[in-house]
Amino acid sequence: MLLLSGTAVTIQLALGSLALSVLLGLVGASAKLAKSPLSNRIASAYTTLIRGVPDLVLMMLLFYGGQQIVNDLGSLTGLWGYVEINQFIAGVWSIGFVFGAYMTETFRGAILAIPRGQIEAGISVGMRPSQIFRRITWPQMVRHALPSFTNNWLVLIKATALVSVIGLHDLVWNASTAGRSVREPFTFMFAVLVIYLILTACSDVGLRWIERRYNVGVDRA
Amino acid sequence: MTAANGERTLWEYLADFSENHSPLDFVLIADHIDKFFYGALLTLEITLISLIIGGLLAIPLAVARAYRRPWLNRPIWCFTYFFRGTPLLVQTYLVYYGLAQFDFVRESFLWDPVLSSPWWCALITFSLNTAAYTTEFLRGAIENTAKGEIEAAKACGMPTLRMLRRIILPSAFRRALPAYSNEVIFMLHSSVVLSTITLQDILGVGRWLNGRYYLAYEGFITAMLFYMALVFLISRGFRVWESRWLKHLRPRETADA
Repeated sequence: MLLLSGTAVTIQLALGSLALSVLLGLVGASAKLAKSPLSNRIASAYTTLIRGVPDLVLMMLLFYGGQQIVNDLGSLTGLWGYVEINQFIAGVWSIGFVFGAYMTETFRGAILAIPRGQIEAGISVGMRPSQIFRRITWPQMVRHALPSFTNNWLVLIKATALVSVIGLHDLVWNASTAGRSVREPFTFMFAVLVIYLILTACSDVGLRWIERRYNVGVDRA
Repeated sequence: MTAANGERTLWEYLADFSENHSPLDFVLIADHIDKFFYGALLTLEITLISLIIGGLLAIPLAVARAYRRPWLNRPIWCFTYFFRGTPLLVQTYLVYYGLAQFDFVRESFLWDPVLSSPWWCALITFSLNTAAYTTEFLRGAIENTAKGEIEAAKACGMPTLRMLRRIILPSAFRRALPAYSNEVIFMLHSSVVLSTITLQDILGVGRWLNGRYYLAYEGFITAMLFYMALVFLISRGFRVWESRWLKHLRPRETADA
């Protein structure tokens, strides 16, 4: 059915851009925390840019403008002919790029929340940097980052609806074409809303379960 | 005469620069810049009005939710959950395209002036959407009121309403202010949905330019700069507002520093 295949596209898009955004977030957070002023500058330019520009604008710039760049480069170098950027890739890149900035802030805050003394303690008992990351930084970072990560993920799922505007056949696009052809737009749009509610509710439950697991051993008031 | 002359040379310079040196056609942008300003007006208009309506709706809802009256709490929770759990784009589609499905809506007295116009549909949806988000964080701020303040108010014999007006809400608004600045910026970002229901907001003008001349950068980069400028102004404004309202929370400066 149309709605189901659209839902599959939406979920793939969300997971793809989540992966990209986590990657960008980790890079961005380490750039912000690094000692070099240049990488600090670049990372904060990135987060300021994203805070200033709506995601749909970036998506359209990437989808229409990116195509122009790729083709100009192709004809300039003669390496490739006419290329069409598909909507899925434009969607993953732009959503991933936008949420990478939010993830940067999430991870930065989470790393800063780990007491410096614990890392020093790790060094003093002779742990290697990789061991420190795996045994001390990572488990606690996940715990501190999870609430904000959950929030970002819920916003990200909802942002995927925008790709229908550049014509990706996702849940929203399928439903609005189907709704128009059978003249029942309300029924179809309502179904889309319910599917989104189910998606967000499920991920809420799932992420809360993970949160509980990572909070084992933390004394709560 | 000289002014006109100077203008012309600037214009020629711009044309020459656009044609020979830059990937962007500045003449095209300059020709249509008035459209972008009208777009910015529409964006601001709808964002502001819906923020005001949504904010006014959110205050009683947040109070009702914070006081946990069961017969009010449930429906309000459903309302906020629904609006916060689904994309604004789809909500807007539901109202603008969806409602036309029902004959009784099309025949009602509201159809002609309100429900068939994209402007009103967007305004209704945006207001309800921001009301839902604002309700939730305002509720959090109300529930975080220091217990001692409430006990002190009760000890003075204040009735509930006066306590709300004088003690709880003023401090809750202050605590909610940083979250509210985020909500305002998010609302500005979400207002791009306007361009999908045939309205000419900032992005709408960019899309129109792209569709008409098949030039992507000019329209979208100009739109991007407009949005960045607006966000910059809004966050500046909120910083001033916060420094007024949250003065008492600022670390005290020592005399010699």
